[in-house]
Amino acid sequence: MTGVWIGVGALVVLVLYFVGIFNGLIRRRNETQNAWSQIDVQLKRRHDLIPNLVEAVKGYMTHEKGTLEAVVQARDAAANAKGPLQAGAAEGLLGALLGRIFVLAEDYPDLKANTNFLALQEELTSTENRITFARQAYNDAATRLNNAREVFPAVLISGGFTRADLFEIEVPSERELPKADFGG
Amino acid sequence: MWEQIERNRRNSVLVVTGLGVLLVAIGMAVGMFFTGRQEGALVGGVIALGLWGVLWLTMRSRGDDIMLGMTGAREIQKKDHPQLFNVVEEMTIAASLPKMPRVFIVDDPAPNAFAVGRDPEKASVAVTIGLLRILDRDELQGVVAHEIGHIKNRDVALMTTAGIMLGAIVLLAELGRRALWWGGGARAPRDDNGGGGAQAIMLIVALVFMLLAPIFAQLIYFALSRKREYLADASGAMFSRWPEGLASALEKLGGKTVPQADQSRVTAPMYIVRPLHKGERRNLSSAFSTHPALEKRIRILRGMGKSVDITAYDRSYASTTGKHVVGKRSLSGVPPVEAMRPEEGPVQAPRARLREASNAFLAGAGYEAHECRGCGAVLKIPPELQGGKLAACPRCGAAI
Repeated sequence: MTGVWIGVGALVVLVLYFVGIFNGLIRRRNETQNAWSQIDVQLKRRHDLIPNLVEAVKGYMTHEKGTLEAVVQARDAAANAKGPLQAGAAEGLLGALLGRIFVLAEDYPDLKANTNFLALQEELTSTENRITFARQAYNDAATRLNNAREVFPAVLISGGFTRADLFEIEVPSERELPKADFGG
Repeated sequence: MWEQIERNRRNSVLVVTGLGVLLVAIGMAVGMFFTGRQEGALVGGVIALGLWGVLWLTMRSRGDDIMLGMTGAREIQKKDHPQLFNVVEEMTIAASLPKMPRVFIVDDPAPNAFAVGRDPEKASVAVTIGLLRILDRDELQGVVAHEIGHIKNRDVALMTTAGIMLGAIVLLAELGRRALWWGGGARAPRDDNGGGGAQAIMLIVALVFMLLAPIFAQLIYFALSRKREYLADASGAMFSRWPEGLASALEKLGGKTVPQADQSRVTAPMYIVRPLHKGERRNLSSAFSTHPALEKRIRILRGMGKSVDITAYDRSYASTTGKHVVGKRSLSGVPPVEAMRPEEGPVQAPRARLREASNAFLAGAGYEAHECRGCGAVLKIPPELQGGKLAACPRCGAAI
């Protein structure tokens, strides 16, 4: 009789143990999803700011039409990308093009003194930083989830948890960027 | 990744427990002294705990407001100072805080910053106008990252609890000393039941203890405070991923000798650098300082190299001081984080930065900006003169 009770007790402990692991996995998965939505929020913020930026610099940067058009195209491509892998590549290109606009702006003193442009530059700077930090936070959460679901004994019950992809922004090298039109 | 610091926190909790034991002990010593009996020790101990409990409950419910109120900080909104607001939001994301802290500006020419809030859900970050004037964006980010580090590591709750214990210990020791001055308990044991000799020895021990306890308590408290500063630097480097920003900011702060308007000893440990008194210069840190020496903090941050995680900080700390700041056990399995320079923001001249910071403070304090139609000057109207109480522009006399 005692043996049966010990057996039942052990079973209960075992079940509780696995319930704990399962809840831990769920918590990590929620963390990962939250972190991902944070990146999404910041990417959307960037997409929303770009038309304003193009509008603000258009009048000044008359010789950089090509770059501005490339930015608008890259923005649309990034806004329509699906999943971390595709989005990563599109956002990488967009980020590089934006960086270039700010480098080119150095040659336009009037533009650099424009308060509207300065405010937009601050917002876009902040957005770039937020994307970096959000990506770091997401990758940390994703790594934690992936590690948690692969270790024993969690691996016995983690079949329902898919592996999270890491978000890598591919920064294309300078020569792959669309050539700016300096002909004007 | 932040769990490591969380674990490290347990050591600090032990230190606070030590302070608590010291508090009860001094309560007992004072109790014995007052009554001249051993039973007095029990009463004293209970009173000491009660005193701490009342102070702690007050701080728990109103601590943030008290501290922000003491410094005269004003809460600002995004439109008042977009850059400061953005930087705080960036660090909130980097630290994965559940909620963005409220942002405050302090009207003080001394460059400094502090954070309050016992849990990350309800925290605040405050910076002085002097700080906003001299720091560029990267440096501001470093400072804010350090403050967010305090919030993330829950230092505010820890340091308030420890600070209140220190306060209660000093208070009780003072009480005991006064009792001695008036010849309080010392005459009682003579007419006690025979064991006068043993009683007298106990009383002498209690007396010595009463004199030494506050000094010990301060040493413990200051050591704890310095350790939390180092750990906030480590967290800040990791969150901002650019230790140079914080290092360069600390260098600028160290170069300034502007005395701080807020001279309170209660708020002093909360600041990123120790508030200076009038005519004082920054000197080397001692065992009686709440903050580590600035040069040491800067050297550790600059020695981190390419990685910015807590392991790199501990390595650099060890090569600078020969000791470790994070427990070995806490460092195992920390994923490496690489340094990354933040995006370059718009560059502003110090004068423009000062104006923006001061305008942001005034907006937070309820001032209304109003452009005079006569001379074009921007009038900043204080709350008590708003609503048509100011009839004419004080500069050109035109009607408003």
